[in-house]
Amino acid sequence: MINNKSISTLHNDPESLKNLKIRSTTQNVWFSIMWLAGLVTLIILLLVIGYVIIQGGKALSWEFLTTPPRGGLSGEGGISTTLGTTVYLVALTLLIATPLGVGAAIYLIEYAGELGLTSPVMRVLISIANFAVETLAGIPSIIYGLFGYALFVSTLQFGWSLLSAALAGACLVLPTIIRTTEEALLTVPDDYRRGSLALGATKWQTLYKVVLPAAIPGIITGIILSVGRIISETAVFFVTLGGSHRLPSSIMDGGRTLALHLYYLAMDTNAFDKAMGTGAVLVILIILINLSINLISGKLTARIRGGK
Amino acid sequence: MKNFKRMIFTGLIMILVLAVAAACAQTTPAPDVEAPKETRFTMAGSTTVQPLAEILAETFMANNADVRVDVQGGGSSVGVKAAGQKTADIGMASREIKDSEFTEFPNINVIVLARDGIAIVTHPEVGVGDLTIEQIKGIFGGTITNWREVGGEDSSIIVVSREEGSGTRAAFEEMVLGEEVLITENAILQPSNGSIRTTVSTTTNSIGYISFGYLGGTMKSIRVEGVAPTEANASNGTYPLVRSLNLITFGEPTGELKVFIDFMLSPTGQQVVVDEGYLPVK
Amino acid sequence: MKEKSGRMIADQTVKYILFISAILSIIIVLAIAYFIFRESIQAWKEIGFTNIILKSVWRPGQDQYGILAMIVGSIAVTIGAIVLGVPLALGTAIFLGEIAPKGVQALLRPAVQLLAGIPSVVYGLFGMVVLVPIIRRINVPGNSGYGLLAASIVLAVMILPTITSIAEDAIRAVPDSYRSGSLALGATKWQTITKVVLPAGRSGIIAGIILGVGRALGETMAMIMVIGNSVKFPKPLTANPLTFYLSKARTLTGNIAVEISYATGIHESALFATGVVLFALIIIVNASARWFIKRQSSIPTTRQ
Repeated sequence: MINNKSISTLHNDPESLKNLKIRSTTQNVWFSIMWLAGLVTLIILLLVIGYVIIQGGKALSWEFLTTPPRGGLSGEGGISTTLGTTVYLVALTLLIATPLGVGAAIYLIEYAGELGLTSPVMRVLISIANFAVETLAGIPSIIYGLFGYALFVSTLQFGWSLLSAALAGACLVLPTIIRTTEEALLTVPDDYRRGSLALGATKWQTLYKVVLPAAIPGIITGIILSVGRIISETAVFFVTLGGSHRLPSSIMDGGRTLALHLYYLAMDTNAFDKAMGTGAVLVILIILINLSINLISGKLTARIRGGK
Repeated sequence: MKNFKRMIFTGLIMILVLAVAAACAQTTPAPDVEAPKETRFTMAGSTTVQPLAEILAETFMANNADVRVDVQGGGSSVGVKAAGQKTADIGMASREIKDSEFTEFPNINVIVLARDGIAIVTHPEVGVGDLTIEQIKGIFGGTITNWREVGGEDSSIIVVSREEGSGTRAAFEEMVLGEEVLITENAILQPSNGSIRTTVSTTTNSIGYISFGYLGGTMKSIRVEGVAPTEANASNGTYPLVRSLNLITFGEPTGELKVFIDFMLSPTGQQVVVDEGYLPVK
Repeated sequence: MKEKSGRMIADQTVKYILFISAILSIIIVLAIAYFIFRESIQAWKEIGFTNIILKSVWRPGQDQYGILAMIVGSIAVTIGAIVLGVPLALGTAIFLGEIAPKGVQALLRPAVQLLAGIPSVVYGLFGMVVLVPIIRRINVPGNSGYGLLAASIVLAVMILPTITSIAEDAIRAVPDSYRSGSLALGATKWQTITKVVLPAGRSGIIAGIILGVGRALGETMAMIMVIGNSVKFPKPLTANPLTFYLSKARTLTGNIAVEISYATGIHESALFATGVVLFALIIIVNASARWFIKRQSSIPTTRQ
């Protein structure tokens, strides 16, 4: 860091001292503004979270978490079945999306490069695939909803079911899993690969035994991010999951996730307090998810620093 | 390196546990029921009818352990379509079935489940308690724009309405506005009864219309032509704004489905309708 | 030798399986485009392209399906969110990337991530119950609190994490030698930021803003709850042009979400047509973001 004193000894004339003073005042003003920006962002977060947790906290209790909603206009009962449905949907969606997303990322990072200039068709295909992943990431969830309804619910006749919702949800989180896995693979040093290949391992053996294990924390981050995305999604599941407040008993049954329950409570019942309570549970879940991501990525950076 | 392998294993085990949990959930209901044959019905459609249908289904299932009824949402049009395409056993609609829908699905059969009054509501601080149909028509049509014109304070009226296509809106338009008057373009549009209630109870000088089941809280209900929006007044025919909530089946219901529908229309079922704040079918 | 060829076969098989997952994204994008478009064909045929895109009267009951007012609504609310959100987002990004002490970073960065994770229904609820009543106090006839301003503020908060994190990445990607070079020439830290770091990270920052635009165009639930959903073409309430932002409006996303559950036939098809327009807008926005990112080349590319 350069401090002002050392500069002032270099330039003693009053003209440049004055210039320096102006410059450093300007800097102080702007730095204060930047501090303010950071502070405002923090305050916004605390306002939104604080509001929901304080308003919703009143409705929270062990009973609220463990009783099923009774249905009806009064919105009586708790949220147990919606918690269960959320867990099922998250599990099923990830079961579909994780292998596909991780597989796609492995191909795009580890295999696509080696094709090189030998096959122009493949090169074009790979760049289209990259573009497709980015497009998927940018498509609004309402469009996924329309798509899921038109394809899975109507055309394929899966009806409102965990299956339809999980398939639509898998499309939604696929880009997240692909992108985070790609980033994780890129952080694995090339030495690992060369070392393994030099020992006579095939490419897949190298990937499976060496590269993937090293990329696991990054992949898990992607999965947890996807969990958050599914938990907070409303628009997609509104048209694919049905909205029955009962616990689904097979993947062909419909159901209601927490976020969907919040939407129903706020929109179609008289239970505004229960809606806020559900909102508080959602926000707390999201906070926990973010904490665990930070824990994992903290470990990841510690490993990269200490590993080599 | 071992550390990361352990992480893979932990991850895999977590997924497995979730999968097993999901699988268990699939199988748990079976041991509960002696007979393996469980009859399942799906209801789908109007989110206005959904809460009522949920309670009716719960009541029915309490006495019929071998039947499982799932009540899904989706909206009135989805309800008609679902019944017509047999994706649901019973469709729900909070509006009349359109001619175009009868043409598309000639086999659908409509059953009136309950009737529902539509109340005119305002923000609690609005100093007007009584409106005629003509005045309501003027307000929602956009020709009356200030509360002063209907005997209130000098402040502009904020109109809150349901979106185009809503069953409640269709019924309101038919009963109040008639053919030639359209709801003012200045209206705030909200997608559900609940959001109408939130909007009207928090927006000063606002007026809206809402299903009877959602009355109460911090809204003021308006007397229409001097008649208060109560269930008694709606049942005896003095309150003018009443519509029906419909069930739709593919053809005439038979077997267990008929048993369920008959239950909903029976005195027990209609008592549930009354308890939930709707009007029974005569 | 035999064992080795077995391993090679496994190696090839895996490669093909992975290849299929890699091109699955292409298939999904095409499937989405196909299904949305297929459902909208009836509307394009019977109503006509210009009658949908260039007319601003939306009255399904009268068979009028012009979505110009919604296109304008979507664009207006996005501009509002950018004007309000970008300075704050960039300020936070610069603060995080260049100014904040380690401890403050450790607090603020998770906070920004958390903002991104909060469900949009929660933002909508907050806007409806807290923001709208405050805006209603602005004393302009016809102001109900609901409208473009409330929607822009909510949206500004929602796009903040997107822009902040991408812009911060771009700032951090600028090599330290640039900074030390500038400081060595006697520039202050602030001058280094504005004259060296920001220009060097420009493409990435612009890409972040464009992705924020994409997010803003696509937001649904929160918009429905605060924008008023009026089908009227948004206009200033008084002679003061700023009151444009107090007028109620409807976004393309809101149009779909509010009416889809009630629509049948041509009305439903017209909503899918709204989806096609939205889809096209998003593709254009994202393609331009991609172009800027490529210039910055800070996104992971394939290993060469």
